[in-house]
Amino acid sequence: MSQELLERIVSRIENIQGEGAVLEASLNFSKPMITLDTSNWTPQIAQLLHDDPELKFNFLSCLTGMDYEEHMEVIYNFHSIPHNYYLYVKVKTAREKPTVHSVQPIWKTADWLERETYDLLGIEFPGHYNLKRILLPDDWEGHPLRKDYVTDKKALGLD
Amino acid sequence: MSIRTEQMTLNMGPQHPSTHGVFRLVLTIEGETIKHAEPVIGYLHRGSEKLAEGLLYTQFIPYTDRLDYLNAMTNNYIYCAGVEELLEWEIPERAEYLRVLVMELNRIASHLVWWGTFMLDLGALSPFLYAFRDRDLILDRLNEISGARMTFNYVRIGGVKWDAPDGWIERVKETVKEVRENIKEYDTLVTGNEIFQARTIGVGKISQKEAINWGLSGPIARGSGIRFDLRKEEPYSIYDRFDFDIPTFQEGDVYARYKTRIAEMHESLKIIEQACEQIPEGEIIHKKGKRIMMIKPPAGEVYKRCEASKGEIGVYIVSNGKTQPYRVKLRRPSFVNVQILQELLIDEPIANLVAIFGSLDVVLGEVDA
Amino acid sequence: MDLVFMIIYAVCLMLLLLGAVTYAILFERKVIGYMQIRIGPNRHGPWGMLQTIADVSKLLMKEDVIPKAADRPIFILAPVIAFVPSFAIYATISWSENIYAADLNIGVLYFIGISSITTLGVVMGGWASNNKYSLMGAMRSVAQVISYEIPLVLSIVGVVILAGSLNFREIVFYQESIGLWLIIPQFLGFIVYMIAAIAELNRSPFDLPEAESELVSGYHTEYSGFRYAFFMLAEYTYAIAISALATTLFLGGWLGPAFLPGVVWFLLKMCVFMFIWFWLRATLPRARVDHLMGFGWKVLIPLALLNIVITSIIKVWMG
Repeated sequence: MSQELLERIVSRIENIQGEGAVLEASLNFSKPMITLDTSNWTPQIAQLLHDDPELKFNFLSCLTGMDYEEHMEVIYNFHSIPHNYYLYVKVKTAREKPTVHSVQPIWKTADWLERETYDLLGIEFPGHYNLKRILLPDDWEGHPLRKDYVTDKKALGLD
Repeated sequence: MSIRTEQMTLNMGPQHPSTHGVFRLVLTIEGETIKHAEPVIGYLHRGSEKLAEGLLYTQFIPYTDRLDYLNAMTNNYIYCAGVEELLEWEIPERAEYLRVLVMELNRIASHLVWWGTFMLDLGALSPFLYAFRDRDLILDRLNEISGARMTFNYVRIGGVKWDAPDGWIERVKETVKEVRENIKEYDTLVTGNEIFQARTIGVGKISQKEAINWGLSGPIARGSGIRFDLRKEEPYSIYDRFDFDIPTFQEGDVYARYKTRIAEMHESLKIIEQACEQIPEGEIIHKKGKRIMMIKPPAGEVYKRCEASKGEIGVYIVSNGKTQPYRVKLRRPSFVNVQILQELLIDEPIANLVAIFGSLDVVLGEVDA
Repeated sequence: MDLVFMIIYAVCLMLLLLGAVTYAILFERKVIGYMQIRIGPNRHGPWGMLQTIADVSKLLMKEDVIPKAADRPIFILAPVIAFVPSFAIYATISWSENIYAADLNIGVLYFIGISSITTLGVVMGGWASNNKYSLMGAMRSVAQVISYEIPLVLSIVGVVILAGSLNFREIVFYQESIGLWLIIPQFLGFIVYMIAAIAELNRSPFDLPEAESELVSGYHTEYSGFRYAFFMLAEYTYAIAISALATTLFLGGWLGPAFLPGVVWFLLKMCVFMFIWFWLRATLPRARVDHLMGFGWKVLIPLALLNIVITSIIKVWMG
């Protein structure tokens, strides 16, 4: 079933964004997982996942930012409550000026999750109405979860 | 003649009796009506996700205790379950039963604290003390098995740390009976109260659609008519072996959330009773689980989620095959649930603020990570 | 000579009242403690008898903090204004057949009139603190006291009509003459009085002006030390006074079987009322401010008016 769902999602996305838009499509612990480039992660695609009557991924379960050292990723874990489907969407972005289009207008829950990702990893989300730091103070320098972040122990009073 | 009025900015918190910790709300009010609300968080941020990257897999377990400190067992569990999924380990039966027992006991303890503090927010003093009496009974049981009353650090990757001491199961059964009677009594004390109903019915309504869109989960979503409980939808651990209901109420107001949680405590008691009957003898931890340096999940990543007392708690774990996780992302239910305040509070009076905020059952340790 | 006697009476009453407030607080804490499955204060003295004294001495010894932004003279004056009227109303209370200070012909009127001044102290305190919570607490307090003063007075009118007097002593003598406490013929009035009195006293479940979970402590958020103690003192003094009023009007004052002196009966009946305030505090959640207003204007006032009409008809009918 998961394999079938995966193929359906890939074809829907490639219908809109063209052949090869989905960089990778596989099953991760028997759950469908697709990888897109940030240029293909458009509001239209997000809207499709949310609205398509056969998909209806209306519940954004988790949004994770990830620093893979050669590139950065934002990972969305979607759940479709009416169909009980599950989907990983990984959006690849460059390490320099990482940007991923915001899904906050579609899933309101992304509001703080995107702010948190911005705060800790420095990924920009164009389209978010209020993208500013959330957990760290506004004057904090750097983004701690980036792998090149150097913890200034002296400034934190740890050394 | 018209009277000139002005809007006033009120900074509620971070120190305020009903913000349950260090939560701050910047309110714009007109008289006592809220016109704009902005939650400000981060006062308790300890960088748990960052810390995880420098620790062994097992060493991070105590840190999960400090997220939602009222429901630490589930936090322990979900982190360990995430790592186990990467390791693809088979967990001993007895360990799974012990996990379910402590998680459900902890869920009741957590709901009791919510019940007490929520009533305190509404200005009733006594329920708080009654709730804590019963919570203490449960904490005694958890203390006996884990050696701690709040930050248990009990669940291990591959099983649990200690086996149940002699007679523990029997004592749990007695506790269940006692707690069940007491919860019924609390129901008669509070639920039918005229003032209580006037303050909760129809207040803070969340529609089903809004609840899903805001990513709400747990009792809040079920109070809005979404029949969604991960224990049933994606049975993790051994939840598919128990017979229990998912209490769901359609109204979506504060009162519905209240009833959901009260009904949930009864369901948890049912699960505990069944688990006490079914629990087998045997090993309590996977044979490799005791050697923490050996825990090296193969490279890969997984998102694992389960039903905590506040809602869906999840971990996204990325492993690169070393002894330390490459990245741990924690999906904290309180963090997600509390967002809706900015929309829910508009045009509500201050008195409803405490009822609405209380009904969301937010723990700040979890919001700020 | 009269003047000397008056001063002696006032001083004695003041001291007794301080004692009474001390033990009213202990009584409250013990009652609520037992209702909440704990034992209440028990460290200072036997049965916690010295607990309140310890608390008050702590408050008196605290540093006197006045916020910089506060309106200093009004801030200082407010607790005094709140306390003085609540003490002044004791002048008309007749503790027994022989123990009383002023046998005023307009006792009821005096009591109601003077006691309203307490609110002024609350407003002044809330305003002068220059704190938003205090201000909101003070505003709530004014709205609440004004709304509930009306049913309170109206509920007493029934008693006055029956007794045909505004004098407290004569109201009691009337009850003696008909051999019936007025709680029975005036039951509706009594219920209205009880509810309105709780709102007047700012006690739970109508303690909105100091609603802890909403407004921190309402109008006395910025007060500490002995100024705070004064507000507390005013609150309890007023609670005792309202209990005394209820005793006089509805429970026949000092009347009771002769094996105990009248003053003891009076105090016992007062304790019953005090107990009811504490009992409600341990049991009920707080009402919401708009519900409270609606209840006062739409339910209590019509009920009180109805009571007056019924009482008048009975009075005329009985001649």
